[in-house]
Amino acid sequence: MPEKEKPRMPIESGCPDGWQYMHPALRKNYGMWDYHDRPRPGVLHHVSKTGDEIWTVRVGTQRILDVFSLRTLMDIVDEKGDGYVRFTIRSNLEVTVTDKSRVEPLIQAMEDAGFVVGGTGPSISTLSHTQGWLHCDIPGTDASGVVKSMMDELITEFKREEMPNRVHITTSCCQINCGGQGDIAINVQHTKPPKINHDLVSNVCERPSVVARCPVAAIRPAMVNGKPSLEVDEKKCICCGACFPPCPPMQINDPEHTKLAVWVGGNHSNARSKPTFQKLVAAGIPNNPPRWPEATAIVKRILAAYKKDARDWERMSDWVERIGWPRFFELTELPFTKFHIDNWRGARQSLNSSTHIRF
Amino acid sequence: MTIEARKTPMLDQLEEGPWPSFISGIKRLRDRHPDQRINEVTNDLLGQLEHSYNTRLGYWKGGTVSVYGYGGGIIPRFSEVGDMFPKSREFHTLRVQPPAGNHYTTDMLRQLADSWERHGSGLQTFHGQTGNIMFIGTTTKGTQHFFNEINEYGWDLGGAGPCVRTAMSCVGAARCEQSCANEMKIHRLLVNNFTDDVHRPALPYKFKFKVSGCPNDCQNSIERADMAVIGTWRDDIKIKQDEVKAFVGAKGRRYVIDNVVTRCPTNAISLTDDDQVVVDNRNCVKCMHCINVMTKALSVGDDKGVTVLIGGKRTLKIGDLMGTVIIPFKKLETEEDYEGLVELAEETIDFFAENALEHERTGEMIERIGLVNFLEGIGVEVDPNMVNHPRQSSYVRMDEWDAEAEKWFRRKSEEKSA
Repeated sequence: MPEKEKPRMPIESGCPDGWQYMHPALRKNYGMWDYHDRPRPGVLHHVSKTGDEIWTVRVGTQRILDVFSLRTLMDIVDEKGDGYVRFTIRSNLEVTVTDKSRVEPLIQAMEDAGFVVGGTGPSISTLSHTQGWLHCDIPGTDASGVVKSMMDELITEFKREEMPNRVHITTSCCQINCGGQGDIAINVQHTKPPKINHDLVSNVCERPSVVARCPVAAIRPAMVNGKPSLEVDEKKCICCGACFPPCPPMQINDPEHTKLAVWVGGNHSNARSKPTFQKLVAAGIPNNPPRWPEATAIVKRILAAYKKDARDWERMSDWVERIGWPRFFELTELPFTKFHIDNWRGARQSLNSSTHIRF
Repeated sequence: MTIEARKTPMLDQLEEGPWPSFISGIKRLRDRHPDQRINEVTNDLLGQLEHSYNTRLGYWKGGTVSVYGYGGGIIPRFSEVGDMFPKSREFHTLRVQPPAGNHYTTDMLRQLADSWERHGSGLQTFHGQTGNIMFIGTTTKGTQHFFNEINEYGWDLGGAGPCVRTAMSCVGAARCEQSCANEMKIHRLLVNNFTDDVHRPALPYKFKFKVSGCPNDCQNSIERADMAVIGTWRDDIKIKQDEVKAFVGAKGRRYVIDNVVTRCPTNAISLTDDDQVVVDNRNCVKCMHCINVMTKALSVGDDKGVTVLIGGKRTLKIGDLMGTVIIPFKKLETEEDYEGLVELAEETIDFFAENALEHERTGEMIERIGLVNFLEGIGVEVDPNMVNHPRQSSYVRMDEWDAEAEKWFRRKSEEKSA
């Protein structure tokens, strides 16, 4: 084989060392920070035991970045910052500077370019973001559009620090829920069993592994129209969509019956209480592109009740723990239905076996 | 040659409003990028996305695409409506591992952008939910060319499929006084020990490492990682009483009582009549709350280490699981200490590879076989920190009670004499 046609073997370097890309002040003070405060929303101020001080400006972006937007951001960081950035877990850009006088011009330049400074402390940070119709193979909805639509409405709370505690909102385009746990989660909830294209199943799907994938054993092998296929016991089916990824002919998404559900109280932190999973509060919400107004309205209603009623430092989960779920439904004016009562494994632990009742 | 821009009345509505618009960004690539290939790809991408918005359905399907020498790291996407939108018919994503702590220089981001627009769509995300840089949209050929280019200057693919996935760590010691660990070191030691398992998917299902420097767990590791490593400490919270007084002076006593004292989950903190903070450190569970509120006055202790939890994951298949404490406290000072952590990960992944069912996560496997079987499999002794409370059900055989009790006392006396 001629030399130029030889395939190139990869260099299996794995995860790169962050050290080489780190701001020199962070390198110098690694492990030596003393305290921090927030001089204004969107800005963190860290002081080292060496006496060094840094300011970090947090910037919200559209996350699906085109190279133009990325270069605009880098131009601003080069001109107004020190040439070093990092990204938070919620895809916010963080720009660190060692000179306090650079903070305001940096903020100004970011805002002039259409980016948004905020997301620190008790604010609503950027919604965590999944792939959706733009790139996922199994999405029931779009993520980028939902995030954009909601952040348009929540942008003031991103820029201010006026919530009781931080608010993490997540989205997910299917029930696998790669958006994860959040104070509020807006997730797809399917309401009808998959529609099966029996002509394709035997060619496309590894049938035993599809059968094994079902959480409620509702799928079984079957001959349909003389072809090996799969059938779903629709009475048992919980419409979770777990069969769809390994077997695309089992289409779970539906323009009408794929709905959105809202969950609250997920909290990953160990602060105060142990970490908590989110709980269902609303479902049957139309999956309504391009701006999903119904879902946004419910999220805003929950946020308004939380902002008004929760005490300082209470996350959504802490607040509900204090006031109780009946009051949550009362304050948010959301219906409590039979679907809110869990019947999955471990469900008994969610039942109230006491006389602890608020009147 | 100019292209005819597809009509996107639905997507156009996402250009309104104050938050930065990803649609405007994609349109910039379509309308202003000098490379006609990118104009055409993004034009058809917008067309397919508009089609999804109209029909409320997705049109990408997976496939098998990888770079030479690897089995994973690419999310292949072939359009099901490629005849309508031929220029974005192949639109694969490369998952690239970010540096530990997600630090970048502007120069490096520019270099990556330059490479990406040579071979891909010009769209990227920092970062996906697993923690990868997502370079969204290229052909099978472009995948190889882009990887070859960036691999030469230090970047490698992350995981996709049933394999060890890209890890995540918080900013940690680089910029946070609450850090109790060297997050970058832990992150890279763990994931780079399994490079082969990242690039060649051969596990029952995915396996994720996440590292948080303190119990605030900014990386959501307990809820999302198969192996969560979280910094903590076991000596006393450090208190600067003059700063406590200053805080009380600024915020008022009631604020401190309502927001610090009464919020302590184990009632381990009190405020004296002369505005000093007193902590019952034996009963402090290192939840971080008081330190989060009084960032100047209170701080984490000096005897630092990590807690390891195993088995966190989201819904599919049996429902959400949080990680379980497997190692309540481990010092990470010497190289030997770090090796011990890597060995624990190796034991766990070996046991997972041999014992989990197909498409079963570590937490689900533990749920199925019981925690004790898992602990025996990886050679870790039981510890009361692993449970919220002891067994409630009497339905259990306990023939070997005496031997087990003896084991416990022997371990305790060994710990004492150590």
